[in-house]
Amino acid sequence: MVMKTEPLVLNIGPAHPSTHGVFRMRATLDGEVIIDVEPIFGYLHRGIEKLAEERTYQQFIPLTDRLDYVSAMGNNMAYCMAVEKLAAIPVPERAEYIRVIMAELQRIASHLIAVGSFLNDCGAFMTPILYMVREREKIVDLFEMVSGQRLTYNYMRFGGLSQDVPDEFLPALRKFIDQMPRYLDEYDQLLKENEILLARTKGVGILSKETAINCSMTGPMLRGSGVPWDLRKADPYSVYSRFEFDIPCGARGDSYDRYRVRVEEMRQSVRIIRQAMEQLPVGPVRSKTPVMLIRPPAGEVYSHVESPKGELGFYLVSDGSIAPYRCHIRGPSFINLTALREMIVGWKVADAIVIFGSIDIVMGEVDR
Amino acid sequence: MTRAISGEELAAGLEQRIPGSIIGTSKESILVNNQSLLSLAAHLKTEPGLEFDFLSSITAVDYYDYFEVIYQLTSLEHNHSIVLKVRCHDRENPAIPSLVGLWRGAELQEQEIFDLMGIRFEGHPNMKRIVLWEGFQGHPQRRDFLSW
Amino acid sequence: MVTFDLVFPAWQFKGLPPDWPGGFWWHFIVFSIIILAFVLTLVIMFIWFERRTLGRMQARMGPNRVGPFGLLQAMADAIKVMLKEDIVPNGADKLVHLLAPLVAFVPVLMVFAVMPFQDGAALVNLNIGVLYVMAVSSISTLGIFMAGWGSNNKYTLISAMRDVASVVSYEIPVVLSLAGIVLLAGSLSLNDIVRSQAQSVPFVLLQPLGFIVFFLGGMAEINRSPFDLLEADSEIVAGFHTEYSGMKFALFYLAEYAEALVLSTLVATFFLGGWGGPLLPPWLWLIVKSWAVFFVLVWIRATVPRVRIDQLMTFSWKFLFPLALLNLVVTAVEVVAWPEALPVLLIPVNIAVGAVLVILLSRNFKPGGSQVEA
Repeated sequence: MVMKTEPLVLNIGPAHPSTHGVFRMRATLDGEVIIDVEPIFGYLHRGIEKLAEERTYQQFIPLTDRLDYVSAMGNNMAYCMAVEKLAAIPVPERAEYIRVIMAELQRIASHLIAVGSFLNDCGAFMTPILYMVREREKIVDLFEMVSGQRLTYNYMRFGGLSQDVPDEFLPALRKFIDQMPRYLDEYDQLLKENEILLARTKGVGILSKETAINCSMTGPMLRGSGVPWDLRKADPYSVYSRFEFDIPCGARGDSYDRYRVRVEEMRQSVRIIRQAMEQLPVGPVRSKTPVMLIRPPAGEVYSHVESPKGELGFYLVSDGSIAPYRCHIRGPSFINLTALREMIVGWKVADAIVIFGSIDIVMGEVDR
Repeated sequence: MTRAISGEELAAGLEQRIPGSIIGTSKESILVNNQSLLSLAAHLKTEPGLEFDFLSSITAVDYYDYFEVIYQLTSLEHNHSIVLKVRCHDRENPAIPSLVGLWRGAELQEQEIFDLMGIRFEGHPNMKRIVLWEGFQGHPQRRDFLSW
Repeated sequence: MVTFDLVFPAWQFKGLPPDWPGGFWWHFIVFSIIILAFVLTLVIMFIWFERRTLGRMQARMGPNRVGPFGLLQAMADAIKVMLKEDIVPNGADKLVHLLAPLVAFVPVLMVFAVMPFQDGAALVNLNIGVLYVMAVSSISTLGIFMAGWGSNNKYTLISAMRDVASVVSYEIPVVLSLAGIVLLAGSLSLNDIVRSQAQSVPFVLLQPLGFIVFFLGGMAEINRSPFDLLEADSEIVAGFHTEYSGMKFALFYLAEYAEALVLSTLVATFFLGGWGGPLLPPWLWLIVKSWAVFFVLVWIRATVPRVRIDQLMTFSWKFLFPLALLNLVVTAVEVVAWPEALPVLLIPVNIAVGAVLVILLSRNFKPGGSQVEA
């Protein structure tokens, strides 16, 4: 007997516990199997690129915090680097080192949230994410010490930082760095080799190497598929060329690999911070160039950094005035969604949530 | 370190392969003729020694007289990069060929440019608004769009 | 012991003589009240206990503001939820939507009718108690399916279908695993099962395999993590009770924890010796044992991720079902061949058989499930 069935269209989001913000997937289901999925976004579109054209260069720094709000320091750094490249503003050594420390701390914080919510999406009831938020809290405390803020830091300036780190910062950072590897081991003990987690994530949502490159995937998505491409190594910016670290890579490009890549990257970030602390020079943290109302020479520049989610690029066009003529942001979360459909189609609803969680997007950056 | 290939250097070789494709060059970019964009991009992607397999980013800038679409190409294998530029002088109904067939990474970005800048990409499988809603009037990223 | 006798003399009756004051009706009323009090109190305590334990396991506090140690938090929640507006979604099947929480909750309460709190102290001492328990406890599924169907919501519908699928497949290994117990005890009455454990050893030692199958299968039937597919909050929002609010939601919430209580007390009764135990009064032993089982449930919930629906079915049919069958065969052979065998001899044999079977089966068990070609 052939039963007549009809597909069911299910809206996952925009108000759904696992869509990491206001993302919406319109999934067509056959039973529980997804036969088609269409990402729909724009619920958080604020027109940040347009806003940049109506502000001075300096005024736009706080807005970069609101892009990927889980990694505000990294966005600050990317934007400041772009403007420094455009206006040829030198950055003192010490500021570069502190920037690297901040960016790597932010990478750990962002990955903690990513891994925690990924495991939560797998159904581990709140435990992993609460443990990871506990450690993120320590990072946020460190950021509060230097910037006074806990989510949107607005810490970096053109040609350096808004202020030097306080005296109590380095001992606190040392303590955190000594603890962190132990915490990472603890997370691995909890779920790394859990049978159910392996059954849920191994081989689920495979993204092949070729597709990953062709779809412009960056960050842990690309490395999870086995492409050792990390801008900190491939195109070293700031002072990254002076540190020793590895690029963790996955083998199969499934959700499990992406999860492991993120955990290993946290270990590498700890390594980088440790080296940066040892080499940290003394000196000013801000160049003498006045930066309040800079008028960069007419021209254009594309500057990119390796943000926790992938390649974060700023494309700035200057017409010689106090405001950017055009500011384009290449958000990694946005472009990482390109291959969503082919990763999810054919899997069940539960897998779709896991695969989506392994992409790790932040809607502030997707919609901009 | 990613090596930025100089536009002049690259253009010399390309001009022979695809005559008339290059309008102008600068130190880090080449300005490409609209009609030959697809064939030139395909050439850049597959030519041994160049192999720009990775499309980092696409942007469009409104210069009032014309729109400029900027492609940041990178080769993961050789770790070098080039900037490709295309101009579109039609303001009422701008259109340029889509590169989705070569790099699928262009899919969402071209859609976003269509939404915010109003440039139509011919050959794109899903050319509709992406962050704004259907029925929105105008394209806010254009310089002459009033935001308040 | 003496103090308890003085404080609770009513607990001390043995059996139920027909000339008991008031006869049948008094017995009925007293025990109904006892069951209601037992279930409601323990459910509230379990909710508090789960939230506090989860908090402790997840490096946070848990409720600690209302009353000492947050003990009254569940009460406060109950009051809050009762004051909420009752919302019926547009296009819902109103009658089904209204009846669903009742159909889900009442059978759970009915299971306790045969639960012995002490030797012979139960509302009815049915001689087919095991059958009754299995039959009645499955009716809750109907309530959940009604809720899923009647809510006019796609998420609840998915949840309802998941529930029916899982309960239908888990019923079989669970019942088969109890068959081993029944063979050992020689009776279907819950009181006789406990009594025969009091005479030898708790059946968890004689039936380690049965214990595993019953515990895992039971967890799947009452939808506790890692089998909590039908209220998988990260996938289908809140599952079947997405569209419920107010008192109806409270009933579902109550039913959920009452089911956990049922499983805990059943595991305690069937495998851990029920009311039997030294020093403490029997009813307290039952509570202590149930509580211990519930702690394991909470512990598992705090640790492991959730399985997928096809993995859930595979686990039932390819792992638990053969295990339960083999366990039944082994037990039957033992009961027939050595009816007078000492438990001291059977315990190591059964544990060894169980360990070998579990290891062999898990080696060959593949959870399966892969991408479907679109």
